[in-house]
Amino acid sequence: MDWLLALAQAVLFTLLAPLFSGWLKWIKCLLQNRRPPPPWQPYRDLRKLFGKRPVVADTASWLFPVTPYVVFCAAALSGAIVPFFAVDLPTAAIADMIVLVGFFALGRFFLALAGMDVGTAFGGMGSSREMTIASLAEPAMLMAIFTLALTASTTNISVAIDYLLDTGLALRPSFLFALGGLLLVAVAETGRIPIDNPATHLELTMIHEAMILEYSGRHLALIEWAGQIRLMLYGVLIANIFLPWGLAREFTPEALGIGAAAIAAKLGALAVALALAETSVAKMRLFRVQEFLGFAYLLSLLGMLSHIILEV
Amino acid sequence: MPVPAYSVYEQAILFIAALVVFTSFLMLGQKRLSGMIHLFAAQGALLAATTALAAYTLPYPHLYISALIIMALKVILIPAMLHRLIVRLDMHRDAEPLYLYGYVMMAAAALVMFSYYVVEPIEHLSTLATRNAMAVSLAVVLLGMLLMITRRQVVTHVIGFMAIENGLFFAAVASTQGMPMVVELGIAFDVLVAAVIFGVFFFHIRSSIDSLDVDRLNRLSEVEP
Repeated sequence: MDWLLALAQAVLFTLLAPLFSGWLKWIKCLLQNRRPPPPWQPYRDLRKLFGKRPVVADTASWLFPVTPYVVFCAAALSGAIVPFFAVDLPTAAIADMIVLVGFFALGRFFLALAGMDVGTAFGGMGSSREMTIASLAEPAMLMAIFTLALTASTTNISVAIDYLLDTGLALRPSFLFALGGLLLVAVAETGRIPIDNPATHLELTMIHEAMILEYSGRHLALIEWAGQIRLMLYGVLIANIFLPWGLAREFTPEALGIGAAAIAAKLGALAVALALAETSVAKMRLFRVQEFLGFAYLLSLLGMLSHIILEV
Repeated sequence: MPVPAYSVYEQAILFIAALVVFTSFLMLGQKRLSGMIHLFAAQGALLAATTALAAYTLPYPHLYISALIIMALKVILIPAMLHRLIVRLDMHRDAEPLYLYGYVMMAAAALVMFSYYVVEPIEHLSTLATRNAMAVSLAVVLLGMLLMITRRQVVTHVIGFMAIENGLFFAAVASTQGMPMVVELGIAFDVLVAAVIFGVFFFHIRSSIDSLDVDRLNRLSEVEP
């Protein structure tokens, strides 16, 4: 029964990810006085892409067609280990936050390789930019996660959230800083606006799009879907770690219903906040990204320091 | 002791302590003078909030007065004076270049850790939960010094100096529950007088070396070369 629930949670996570990015786009369009596509538009796009035959360049090696599957599996598996609307599921015991960071790194590694595989100029440029950002964002994310791990004295997400729910509401300065750091890292890693613009193909600034420029058909669909899962993953991570209230802790229908409603509300609100931030901030020059991520690292570091100095 | 075991007052003080250090870090990374002044005012506001909180929870009503003094001096009067000065000196749009930004930030983080280790033996003497804030106040003092060392603008030096004073004040309020009223009044007036004298000095320095960049003071000599 528990395993069934865990499976259902993972499948739901994967299936709902396009809806989340569709909802985000819908709000953003409204804020920019454009007529929005319906929130389920990403599903239509994915269906269209899945129906098309992928075109693969002659110069591509085996790596190129394999990458979309690896990227998608890494994203879907990390979706399985993050508590979505219930904690204490059996899948949570298998993997912890460091595995999660590792899954992110795996997907990114393959994407970067595939970007260079075909041999076009844009692919290599996108890969190099992506790795630059990743090398700066990863330490910040790990520091933010370690701050949480220090407080709960575990790196297991489920156990950590349990600990937070048990101890109840407290003003923790370390969590404020870790939240700030994680938000900035999430913006950088999912390619949202101050760092990268997911909606354009402008060669001077694109990062993520440059890597996947050569993909088409179902390969492209899988990569886009993986990107949507990653966006939702960060959203769920932030919502469930820093505002864990409402998560189902026993597996009764009411508790699960409350958990699902709570996470839906939290994600909806988070999308509104992200859309507001994206419409009010301009895209950053590529060379200022290191300042941005340096600030994220500083926030995470301050979180850790304030935990050690003030909270122990 | 885990955080939820503290009372709300102690939690709030520790939270504000973290924010005070954060404003110090932001000051180190701030290029614009007006932004710097705003950060200084924000730090003062946090300080006033701490004092008011202490006055509310502890049986020391005189702390309300010192909260009011801090509010009037450090949040309103001195920032307004500094702002007027930089407008009159036509520097309010200037951005100061940051030298060795990354190293300065690393040094700042190292200073925070250093002050933690320095203060740790002293912390054991106190039984208050908010004694942890002492490390933070020492860190704010050291970060103010770092700000003064690494910048070249006189106005930034003044703000660094005032931030040092903020750190000392925070230590007094958070870890020893406030100084006697006489001392506080004395310090408040010292700071105010310092701010006024600095204002005069700005104009003198500018009229003698034609800029407020302190590095150019090195080139002053008795004999014209």
